[in-house]
Amino acid sequence: MALEAKNLSFRYARNLPWVLENRSLRVEEGERLGLFAPSGYGKTTLAMVLSGYLQPTRGEVLLDGKPLPMTGVCPVQLIYQHPEKAINPRWRLRKVLEESGQLDEAVLGAFGIEPAWLDRFPRELSGGELQRFCVARALMSGCRYLICDEISTMLDVITQAQIWNVVLSEAEKRNMAVIAVTHNRHLAQRICTRTVDLSE
Amino acid sequence: MEAKHESLLEIHDLSVSFRMYDHALEQHDLQVISDLHLTVRPGEVVAIAGSSGSGKSLLASAILGILPGNATVHGHLHYKGQQLTPERQAQLRGTEIALVPQSIAYLDPLMKVGRQADGHRRPRPTEKRRKLFARFGLPEQTENLYPFQLSGGMARRVLVSTALITDAKLVIADEPTPGMSLDQALEALTLFRTLADEGRGVILITHDIDLAFAFADRVAVFYAGTTVETAPAADFRTGPEALRHPYSQALWRALPQNGFEPVPGFQPYAGNLPKGCLYAPRCPYRTPECEQAVPPVRTVRGGEVRCYHGA
Repeated sequence: MALEAKNLSFRYARNLPWVLENRSLRVEEGERLGLFAPSGYGKTTLAMVLSGYLQPTRGEVLLDGKPLPMTGVCPVQLIYQHPEKAINPRWRLRKVLEESGQLDEAVLGAFGIEPAWLDRFPRELSGGELQRFCVARALMSGCRYLICDEISTMLDVITQAQIWNVVLSEAEKRNMAVIAVTHNRHLAQRICTRTVDLSE
Repeated sequence: MEAKHESLLEIHDLSVSFRMYDHALEQHDLQVISDLHLTVRPGEVVAIAGSSGSGKSLLASAILGILPGNATVHGHLHYKGQQLTPERQAQLRGTEIALVPQSIAYLDPLMKVGRQADGHRRPRPTEKRRKLFARFGLPEQTENLYPFQLSGGMARRVLVSTALITDAKLVIADEPTPGMSLDQALEALTLFRTLADEGRGVILITHDIDLAFAFADRVAVFYAGTTVETAPAADFRTGPEALRHPYSQALWRALPQNGFEPVPGFQPYAGNLPKGCLYAPRCPYRTPECEQAVPPVRTVRGGEVRCYHGA
């Protein structure tokens, strides 16, 4: 049971340089992996290929030995770096959450999502508040692999600790794997069981 | 100028509220910033730390006069001793006061980033901009790329360049470092430090507070739309025993390297603020007094704190 990237290469167009070259990676179920690299090294691209948003130019992504499912809710969920760009600006937040299933009161409570926020539009909330919705909707989908692309860099440190504590306890409960992209080594030390540096 | 102004920017009793619709045509005012004080002197980096949604970015917008139409601003806003009126703000922003915006969505998606950073200035500051890009480690061909072709950290470095290219006397950097690696973040902060050492003022709004503590002169801590503590950055480097407000101490303890312990509870929602101290519902030291009235600002050991018990 693992998510595997085999000899991945990716470029955005034929005349552009390779962003990923011959990259292999294996994440076991229940494992928490930290990914490091300077900005511009293809961390976000790798996250998008692993979660099926981009097709690799060469190589393949395998979930338990099979390609990612093309229908239904993807068991690999990605949380983006910029919540303000990951939420439909014309949907009220209730609809944003309901897209991924029944509202889970326990998850909402753990993230401190106020019932009043559900009737607001995304532009009426701060970045930190929106990111809680992004994490909550990913967890509500019942995913098995959660890829967190710098999800807490725009949050204050108390909120960061709150969100990560919820994610870690959920990961423990359902044996979910977490791949955390971050620049913060102190944070990675706290949350990860293993780290990989893409620039090495 | 003859008169020597002690401070570059002075803010007293600032409040910002938004007019919101309830249902049909009924409206109410939602106060999101209240009784806020902040002073920036030339040659100084003032870091603003605090919870997400505590009004840090709104303060930046209020200084620049770019709040949306349904916002009302009250209080004293003075730049170089003169009141900041909407006309003056329009004159100053982009020339005297520069902003590094918080979201990379502020980049024009249809414009190559090089030209975008140059802006409308004539002659084009191309040379200066290339030097800035090089200093931030952006490859030479970056100037011909569109924002969607950049990674998060690269876009952030372009945004910082757009502000540094001006000769602004006051730079407001709204979370300039997320997405940057540690080296790049340090480079950006070193640049802000240099700007301040040249006699300008820098407001650094950030969540990378461990970095801010190292580069700033003073730190203002925001909570629920007001300043709870303003203290020399050295106190934050020392640790919680040197800090005055329980929320500042909680921030320090929540850093991954210092324990990673979140205090329970959440910041109160604007419009549903407690009657007394805004932090009282989460505060371990609260007394009945705290729930009665908002504590006044007191000066304790060279810092300002809004707490009855801070010492």
